[in-house]
Amino acid sequence: MKRILGGVIAVLIFIVLALAFVHIPFGNIDLAEYHYYNPVDNEHTQDSVPQHYLDEGKKETGSTNIVTAVVVDYRGFDTLGEVTVLFLASTGVGSIMYIFEKEKRRKVRRANAVVETASKLLFGFIILFGAYIFVHGHLTPGGGFPGGAVIASSFLLLYLAYPRFHAEHKNLNIAESLAGLTFVGVGILGLFLAGYFLYNFLPFGLPTYLFSAGVIPVIYVAVGVKVGSELTGIVDAMMGVRE
Amino acid sequence: MDLFTLVSLILIIAMLIAAVVAAEIKDLLSAAIAMGIVSLIVSILFYILQAPDVAITEASIGAGLSLAIMIFAIKHTERWEK
Amino acid sequence: MIPYYYLASVALIVIGIYIVIAKKNLIKIIIGLDMMDTGVNLLLISIGYVKGGTAPIENGNYTLYVDPIPQALVLTAIVIGVSVMALALSIVIGLYKNTGSLELDEIRRERK
Repeated sequence: MKRILGGVIAVLIFIVLALAFVHIPFGNIDLAEYHYYNPVDNEHTQDSVPQHYLDEGKKETGSTNIVTAVVVDYRGFDTLGEVTVLFLASTGVGSIMYIFEKEKRRKVRRANAVVETASKLLFGFIILFGAYIFVHGHLTPGGGFPGGAVIASSFLLLYLAYPRFHAEHKNLNIAESLAGLTFVGVGILGLFLAGYFLYNFLPFGLPTYLFSAGVIPVIYVAVGVKVGSELTGIVDAMMGVRE
Repeated sequence: MDLFTLVSLILIIAMLIAAVVAAEIKDLLSAAIAMGIVSLIVSILFYILQAPDVAITEASIGAGLSLAIMIFAIKHTERWEK
Repeated sequence: MIPYYYLASVALIVIGIYIVIAKKNLIKIIIGLDMMDTGVNLLLISIGYVKGGTAPIENGNYTLYVDPIPQALVLTAIVIGVSVMALALSIVIGLYKNTGSLELDEIRRERK
């Protein structure tokens, strides 16, 4: 009964959404055509938002990767909010799983020597790769969010290889708090030095060099450490019961 | 039909098959792995659609961490759907 | 030309909705929510695609780029999605430890 009802509702929603989206052209859009309408002056500006980011982004932020420029510079305040949501979710997982932590003792069986040695060898390289991803966020694809995820997956490897391993909660908290303080501190520094929260006050340098784009690499390193420690905390909490 | 369309259609059909498997199979572990396959194929589609940043994120989070978290949850509860 | 990318992502969203409506297992429902999340991300990215454009990383060799704004939106949405999914799964684990079941029917019967 419920399956038939669900199927009928799903087909109806599919038809409505498909009829709605079939009219949007795929791939044939001209980004310069989305003019921004200013209701105060009642005029259409010449420059559309994505075209403005693509044309002026490198000049205005110093970042070669325009996605990074949008995430960290143009909409940096939004990213601060996202990181806060991530922090809240991680805290929630930790506090819910903490209740069940000491319920039963788990029989642990050690992995074999090949797995243990290989994961010990690979751990450093995966962390290095994650750091590479978030340090070069303004030059190449990547950035704080995927870099932090890669770091968390290196800890996941250790959790899988060593059943008794667990990351020290105090160190995770210190890393997370320092990263958050760096993000907010850079923002407040911009407020004092230039008058805007998260203003890009450092010199831009030459584009495509590592030390360029002002505060963007600083913020992305902070985001990477924060995301990495929070996802590690989530993995640690979900791993759950241990003595 | 050019190469873009061909590769996209093959990947999309594989993705939809994996999604239907994830919806219908009774074994929750297999459903979680099918969901990981959906995430992996979607990350390849992101790469084809010229979004490498999103592709890296989806590959490491959607196909890696999220699958691991779901398997931990299944380990703490039951494996079979009634 | 049929925009098959839109149809594929709408199909993912609809399969997710079907799972949420028709299934009674809580972990299955969370898999459905995750699938809806993935479908919405694919829809946003495919709306921002420009035929012949390259990824928005400017090294001076290209002039036509895809839209960077949906990519910036989806980049953060994926990370938020996985953390919210972990929160939901931890609540489900708590429910299982208290009621001993994952099926919504049995949990409801137990409460009465």
